[in-house]
Parts: sequence; C-alpha cells; structure tokens
Amino acid sequence: MPKFFNEMSNEGVTREHYAEFCRWLEKQPPESVARKRAEADLSFRRVGITFAVYGDDAGTERLIPFDIIPRIIPAAEWAQLQTGLVQRVKALNMFIHDIYHGQDIVRAGIIPAEQIYRNAQYRPEMQGIDVASDIYAHIAGIDIVRAGAGEFYVLEDNLRVPSGVSYMLEDRKMMMRLFPELFARNRIAPVDHYPDLLLDNLRSVAPMGVNDPTVVVMTPGMYNSAYFEHAFLAQQMGVELVEGKDLFVSDNAVFMRTTHGPKRVDVIYRRLDDDFLDPLAFRADSTLGVAGLLSVYRAGRVTLANAIGTGVADDKSIYPYVPDMIRFYLSEEPVLNNVPTWQCRKPEDLDYVLNHLPELVVKEVHGAGGYGMLVGPASTKEQVAAFRERLLARPDAYIAQPTLALSHCPTFVEQGIAPRHIDLRPFVLSGKTVAMVPGGLTRVALQEGSLVVNSSQGGGTKDTWILER
Amino acid sequence: MLSRTADHLFWMARYTERAENTARMLDVNVQTAMLPQSDADTEHSWRAVLGISELEQAYGTRYSSVTAQDVIDFMVRDPGNPSSIAACIREARENARAVRGTLTTEVWEIQNQTWLDLQKHLGNGLLAHDPSKFFDWVKYRSHLSRGVTLGTMLRDEAVNFIRLGTFLERADNTARILDVKFHAVRDAAQGERDFYYWAALLRSVSGFEIYRKVYRDVITPARVAELLMLRADMPRSLLACMEEVVTNLRAIHNDVSDDTERFAGRLHAELQFACIDDILRVGLHDTLNEFLARVYELGNRVSRDFLVPLAA
Repeated sequence: MPKFFNEMSNEGVTREHYAEFCRWLEKQPPESVARKRAEADLSFRRVGITFAVYGDDAGTERLIPFDIIPRIIPAAEWAQLQTGLVQRVKALNMFIHDIYHGQDIVRAGIIPAEQIYRNAQYRPEMQGIDVASDIYAHIAGIDIVRAGAGEFYVLEDNLRVPSGVSYMLEDRKMMMRLFPELFARNRIAPVDHYPDLLLDNLRSVAPMGVNDPTVVVMTPGMYNSAYFEHAFLAQQMGVELVEGKDLFVSDNAVFMRTTHGPKRVDVIYRRLDDDFLDPLAFRADSTLGVAGLLSVYRAGRVTLANAIGTGVADDKSIYPYVPDMIRFYLSEEPVLNNVPTWQCRKPEDLDYVLNHLPELVVKEVHGAGGYGMLVGPASTKEQVAAFRERLLARPDAYIAQPTLALSHCPTFVEQGIAPRHIDLRPFVLSGKTVAMVPGGLTRVALQEGSLVVNSSQGGGTKDTWILER
Repeated sequence: MLSRTADHLFWMARYTERAENTARMLDVNVQTAMLPQSDADTEHSWRAVLGISELEQAYGTRYSSVTAQDVIDFMVRDPGNPSSIAACIREARENARAVRGTLTTEVWEIQNQTWLDLQKHLGNGLLAHDPSKFFDWVKYRSHLSRGVTLGTMLRDEAVNFIRLGTFLERADNTARILDVKFHAVRDAAQGERDFYYWAALLRSVSGFEIYRKVYRDVITPARVAELLMLRADMPRSLLACMEEVVTNLRAIHNDVSDDTERFAGRLHAELQFACIDDILRVGLHDTLNEFLARVYELGNRVSRDFLVPLAA
C-alpha cells in the first residue's frame, strides 16, 4: 500500500495553511454545506458551464463536478512553482525556435536528430520561419503532480491548445459567491485578471508594424468539448469568437466577414489543432480551417497563438530532455523535477523496463488521453505479458515511468469527505514578457483510488488558492 | 461585427418573439373557448390558430381531428412541428449559445434558463392542468429576455440586430393574428357577445387596456384594425414595429444596404400615412397579405445585405 501525501493533513496534523479553512469547515452545519453544493450545481447549469461529450448526440452537455473543498498552496510553495514554470516554458520556447532554425541543441549532441524528424508533430513548413518575439507557445498549460514525500513533478507540458483556464476562473467565482466569509479570513491571491493578461499577451505578439491589432479567438464550433471556454475567453477579452468559415484569405492577409464588409485580422488565438488549420496545407478534408492561412502566416502577416508546430516540444519522447534544454539554453539548473523516464528505444532502458514492468507506467510516445498505456501495478499478469510483446515489437514507440503516488486532497463524495487524488494545471503566458496568474486548475479524480482526473472520465475540479502569506 | 454573429442574434430574437406570439395566440383561444359557443365554432377557432401559422397541412398529417388538446400539443411541443413553442425556445437558445460571448452574461443566462425550465414544465404537466399559466410563463420569459437585453447590453450593432429580429418577427405575427382573427371574430361575433370576442383578440396582443385608453369607447372592428395597424403608440402595431425596423436598419447601414433601407422606409411611410377606412374599403385581407409578403422580402434583404445569405 503506497503512502500518499495529503494536501490538508498528514498523520493527524493539519498543515498550517489549511488551519483556518478547517476551523471554518468544522463549524458548518452539514445541511448548509449540502445546500451550498446543490446551489453550485444549479448555478453551473444555469450559466451553461458545460462540456460536450463526444460520440454522444450533438448537443449533449454535461457538468464538470465542482468540489467545494479548495486546494490550498502556501506562498512559499507557489513561489518555487512559479519560478520553475517560467523557467521551463522559457526553455521550451527557445527549444522550439531552435528546432525550426539552427538546431543548435541537435548539433550539440543533446537531442538525437531522429527524435525531431521522426516526430509527427514536427512541421517542416515552419523551418526557417520567424515568428513575433520568437515565441511559439504563447499559452502553456503545465501539468504538475505531487508525489509521496510532497515533492512536485512536472507530468506533462501542454503546448498546443491547453484548456481548462475557464474552470479555474469560474470555480473561483463560485467559491466567492458561496462562501464570501472565507475570502475575508484568508488572503487568497486573485486570478480574475487572467483574460486581461491574455489579451495583453496576444496584442504584444502582433505582426510587425501593426500598432492596434485585431485579436480574435478561433473555435472549431459550438459542438467542440471546450466551446464554453472559447466563448468565455472571447467575451472576457472583448474580442470576436470566429469559426473558420468567418475567415478568408485575400491579398496575402486574413479577413473576417463582418456586417460592414471584410475586416483585417492580426492575431488569432486558435483553439483547434494544426491539422485542421488550413485545408490547403494540412488535412484537406478539414472544414474548420481557412484555406491559405499558412501562406499568410509564413509571410509574417498574421500571428497564430499558439504557433504551428509546437507539438514537437510537448511530446512524451521529448519530455525527458526538458531538464537538459533548461541547462543548455538558460545555463540554469531546473527548478522543477521531471518524472524519471526510461526511453525504451535505448537498449539499457528497455532492459530495465522489461525487468520492472509490474511496477511501472508504460506510455505510447505519441499517445494521449490514457490510451495504449500500461499501468503496471493495476494490471493482471496476462495484461503485463501481452504488453511486453507489444513493447518488444516496437520499443521506440514507448517510454516508461515509475507509478507516482499522486497526492490526496479531502473531497466531498457520496459517503462524506474522503481523500481523492489531484493534479494541478497552471497556465503560463509568453509574449514580450512571461506572465502568470497565481493559480491554476486543480482536477480531482472522484473515483476512490483512481488516478484519472480527466473530465471525460469522471474527474472534477476544485478552486485553487494561492495564499499571499 | 461578424456576419455570422449578427445572423445568430437576429434569429435568437426572432425565435424568442415567435414563441411569445404563439403563446399569446393559443392563450386567447383557450380563453374564448370558455365562452358558450357551438362545437363547430370552437373547432373553427382552433383551425384558425393553425391557419395563422400556415400549419394546417402539417397538423393534418399527424392528427385526424381538430381538438383544443391536440392543437395545443402540436403548437407547444410536437417534435413534428418545427415552429412549436418548444422548437422556438430551443432554436433561440442554440443561436444564443453560438454567440454567447457577444451577449452579456445575463442575456445568455435568461435564454439558457428558459430552455432548462421548459424541459421542467413539459415534464411536470403544467401545460395540461393550467395552460394559461404556461403561456404566461412563455410571455414573461420573452419580456425578460427583451428587458435584460436593453438593460445590460452595450448599445451597439448587436442590439440593433436583436431589435431588428424582434420587430420584423412581431410585425409578421401581428399581421397574421389580425388577418385570421379579424375575419373569424367578425363572423362569429354576432350580437350580444361581440364584446368578448373583440376583447379576447385585443388581449392576445396586450391591446385591451390600450384600446380603452385610446378610444374611451365601445369596441368596433374598424378601431381594432386601426389600433393594431396604424397606431404608432401601440407597441405591437404594424406601424410601431416598422418604426423600430427602420431605426435599427439605419443604425447598421453599410455600403450595400441603401435599397433595403428604402424598401423598409416605403413600407413604414405607407402605414404612417394610411387611413383605416381606405384600408377596409380596399380589403383588410389583401392589405395584410401584401404587407406579409413585403415583410418576408425585407427579411431576405436583411439576410443578403448583412447576415449569412439564406441560400449560400
């Protein structure tokens, strides 16, 4: 039985930054808490904070469960996290720029060339193209977990179209509405200015010579699972929410169709994958994109955020090299830990993995969403044996990591309050400067023992408090 | 503003208004059905409801006879009727959802809550045991949606397109109600109960109290027609609607919309300077039919000039 770090209390001792909250919670009559939880549910439904479920009828909308016990992070822990996140995202942006230019890091022998070229997310179209401020991942969502002894690890870098920030903001709004007294008693850093930071950041990376850029948010449409967030961010920033069919390319520029004729667009915060952006360049069957967008982009006459081709840096095959990137580009030691990773393409790593399969997590390099992976401790002998065959057939398609004992946070479940596993996704904004709001999205696995925090698989969210002292 | 956004706003408003007017029409029929009258008259008045919305054929393929219960069901919730109140509320909400970032939070929440509550009302039997209460609910949600729009939204194009949708739809609906009901009432109302029929028609457009204030006299058919067509101070009259249409069209003027403005302006001016006696002499039915055709044409022109063209 592995021991889990508990965010609130360990061995019966409440951690200091939770003391005030616990005193408050003890005094709440159970029926009042139940009422507030019901109120939160109703309110989320009324506001329409829902996500669409794929494979269901179009229009099926579900709520993401919201838990009223916050995840609290003390000031000192956050300061360290923030330093590490900013450092990491800086290095990742420098890496992407390097990959699409001189490839110093390859020539220095730190990352093998085939790790770049054989990566499906590497976009040759981007080679030699300059982007504003050399920034590629304008919005990065870095997944952080805390393991057995309380140490933080970066689990994954999301540099394509990371989502979830709207839940961070709505969860906070909800907590303030339900429990205003808590915000008077605790010094909780505000996060509401995120859309402001985002707009500022997007404006700062407009194409050269554009002084008052027109920014838009581009969505695949209202049946996309994250549509609420797209609409929310466009509204909060006061910019248009466009779909591909609202845009067209003419005279080497991008325009949107408006009630007063065509209007030039300078910065596109796009929330769809590279593959769908331009049917002339990528997937020809995409009806979500804009024909000719890539050529305007390559001419530097429109900014895409995030840039095309960032996926080359958030892949599981590149992940093990991030600490070396930080050392290479910034000449600094990484502040945040990487999860130790065995690359099965290396014979000595493969050897280790094959000998320790029942205790490891083995993931497909290009996989996502928990598919094609083996969780050793949770698998039967037969499953492990079957996976061994697949691993041996294509070792270069897999990496392995130790099974992390994700930390717990007390959470309301049917039987009362019980510990559940959580993670954290803070968002890092890069433009002319790198900025963050103090907070992030805390996701919680509501099933007992489950490590899966994804909303599509029954995960919930919590408000995340960064204390100011 | 994005053409697609304007299109969604326009249709959000039209569907909201249509749901309200359908509720008004059904309510007035429920009310008059309580007057002592022959079965044939009752059936006739429910048939008229279907006639107003040009739904007799669609109804006929699903029901064998015309009864209050069936017509109400058909007009409120039948999935086979794309103009039912439920369908209008769903469409209004879907259009709002597509542009929820352009709406204020309050406007969106009203549309969303209306749709959520509709499911509840359809499930809890409110329609069966107290139809008037249900129709009142539809009306109030529509009032609320208009009020929240005016009370919270920036006075920009978004509001203009919403208002344009509201008043084009209302002009159409008032003309239809007047056309069908005027003749039905005139035929049915012979003698001492005249008053109840005309009063019900007026109430369906919130015009009963207004009539009393304006004319301070007994109800006559000519004045009813005048009130609903030519009075600029009667908020649901054709003239009042066209005034709003012209004002909002002017506000969104673009390079290609001159002709459309002229088209709307002419329709407005004709109402402004018309006199009810002339209209009745020419024939109310013909006048209203021509008006409906021109409002339809105006809607197409608005789509062509500003929105997503209907047949793209």
